[in-house]
Amino acid sequence: MRSPLLRALIGAAVLSLVAGAAAAEPPTIKIGSFLSVTGPAAFLGDPEEKTLKLYVEKLNKAGGVIGRKLELVVYDDAGDSDKARTFAKRLIDQDKVDVIIGGTTTGTTMAAVPLAEQAGMPLISLAGAVVIVEPVKKWVFKTPHTDRMACEKIFADLKARGVAKIGMIAGAGGFDRSMRQECLKVADKYGISIVADESYGAKDSDMTAQLTKIKNTAGVQAVVNPGFGQGPAIVTKNFRQLGMTMPLYQSHGVASKEFIKLAGEASEGVRLPAAALLVADILAANDPQKAVVAGYKKEYEAKYGSDVSTFGGHAYDGLFLAVEAIKRANSTDKGKVRDALEATKGYVGTAGIVNMSATDHMGLDLTAFRMLEVKKGNWTLVK
Amino acid sequence: MAEFLQFLFSGLTVGATYALVALGFAIIYNASGVINFAQGEFVMAGGMASAFLVAAGVPLPLAVITAVAAGVAIGVALEKFAIEPARGAPVVTLIIITIGASIAIRGVAQLLLGKQFHTVPPFTGDHPIVIGGATILPQSLWVLGASIAVVIGLSAFFSRSKLGKAMLATANNRHAAQLVGINVRFILLLSFGLSALLGAVAGVLISPITLTSYDVGIMVGLKGFAAAMLGGLGNGVGAIAGGLLLGLAEALGAGYLSSAYKDVIAFVIILAVLVFMPGGLFGKVSAERV
Repeated sequence: MRSPLLRALIGAAVLSLVAGAAAAEPPTIKIGSFLSVTGPAAFLGDPEEKTLKLYVEKLNKAGGVIGRKLELVVYDDAGDSDKARTFAKRLIDQDKVDVIIGGTTTGTTMAAVPLAEQAGMPLISLAGAVVIVEPVKKWVFKTPHTDRMACEKIFADLKARGVAKIGMIAGAGGFDRSMRQECLKVADKYGISIVADESYGAKDSDMTAQLTKIKNTAGVQAVVNPGFGQGPAIVTKNFRQLGMTMPLYQSHGVASKEFIKLAGEASEGVRLPAAALLVADILAANDPQKAVVAGYKKEYEAKYGSDVSTFGGHAYDGLFLAVEAIKRANSTDKGKVRDALEATKGYVGTAGIVNMSATDHMGLDLTAFRMLEVKKGNWTLVK
Repeated sequence: MAEFLQFLFSGLTVGATYALVALGFAIIYNASGVINFAQGEFVMAGGMASAFLVAAGVPLPLAVITAVAAGVAIGVALEKFAIEPARGAPVVTLIIITIGASIAIRGVAQLLLGKQFHTVPPFTGDHPIVIGGATILPQSLWVLGASIAVVIGLSAFFSRSKLGKAMLATANNRHAAQLVGINVRFILLLSFGLSALLGAVAGVLISPITLTSYDVGIMVGLKGFAAAMLGGLGNGVGAIAGGLLLGLAEALGAGYLSSAYKDVIAFVIILAVLVFMPGGLFGKVSAERV
């Protein structure tokens, strides 16, 4: 190895190999995400993060999307809108992602929406309130059913049971307040009047005072609790503690086994509108969603050993909507991806069948919601 | 009437928790002049430890006792490793150290025990008991009963036992106590251990009713502090009275005024006490002779 010429040749060979290897790898598709993995919305954000990680890995093993690997960048905003805004800014300016999937809650989403609009970044939200897509914003989409749809599904069920007067108890969060507003708006359409209207704080641990007020309001036949996180679990526990036997409806904000675990026996008989994912096992074989939801349920539970929740399902839908749009646009150019997202038709997801348009950036209708009831600690379908 | 009784029950239950936390503040304040802002974390430790032990299959009575012991261990460790090394520092520094410690304890809890909420099974079932048209959970009776037992035990400890009297002496005049031969450093350690005991007991009792997670300590600590201030900082009877009054004010306020402002009540009370009545209900405003 004394000859300088030999050394130079070997050096050049090694360099060209390395350069060749580096040049052969096309740039990754960067998927950015800010989720509420900890904090009061942890039982929404945690399965969302797990789902994104699971499927990015799966897609990469299968060769990536349009010949490029996916790279996932996730930040935890702990349910704090200020942190969410900071992370969204970081994803747009520093990490320079191609599409953002997030936030977990209405509050965190709305904090990031102005940034996405300004930067021309497609944002697929995993939050519930209708305000995210109404009025329609050019770059913002969402996968979960809206709070207005939840109200309508609940009211339709109440009407079928002959209920005309209800009490409402809602939390202080963005989704809670928004759903409460929507319910107040659509109540007349179903002949329902709201005779009691209480609220509780995000970290409250006792709602017996508010529920007592509702209990003692004349004519109350049922109670609706817009909310998510631990608040509804405590409301449900207090409900039974006070010996209230009238129907209790929750929103899809508690569509997770965690809710049943936290509320315990008190959750028996509680009804809520939720995606077919939760009853994947008892769906009819010819149900259009059966294949997708059963597949997701199997893969998620095999990997993480915990039950699926609709929130993980929303993240699944968000990721695959983005991936399908990138495939259709055959690029990660943000404008093209946005147009492809808006043109999504007939996508079968865990939440339902998605048909987007220029005026509808969510794409679900009322059939995407099923009415569920908790029986013996498990979800059952209400016919 | 039934409605008022309902508010009364829930107010007393949560008030008993605040009372135990406030007593913890009082004991440490008396022994060292420090306001221990990690007090709420002792409550969290008791609740979370019992939740985890029960989930791991430990029978409930053993889990409860172990959880309380864990809380005491954390309190003693806090004193030994965070307060004692800074012994000569001014009180404000020590208070800030306790704030830092509370953040650290919360962080460790989050890492070790996760970020989710947890439940603890109630001690004797959760079939509500109907009294006068209002319902009360058996667990609430446990909270009230155990709190009364703890308070009686504490007052016996302070008035009958030598160690308890030594603590009172230290609270009264630290230098004189030292001169008489009382080991003031040990008293300080004991005060932290005792406060942690109170906090952990509160946590273990209340977790079956509310849920528990790594950050329940913040609100409980702040409200316990409000209760301690209301009763007069450093005054044992005041702490209990303050805790019960605060719990009742919250429940009645939420019931009769507006449920949206429940948390505000505690903080308005702190402001009102500091502005109008700094000594609290039972405390004296101290004057320093220059």
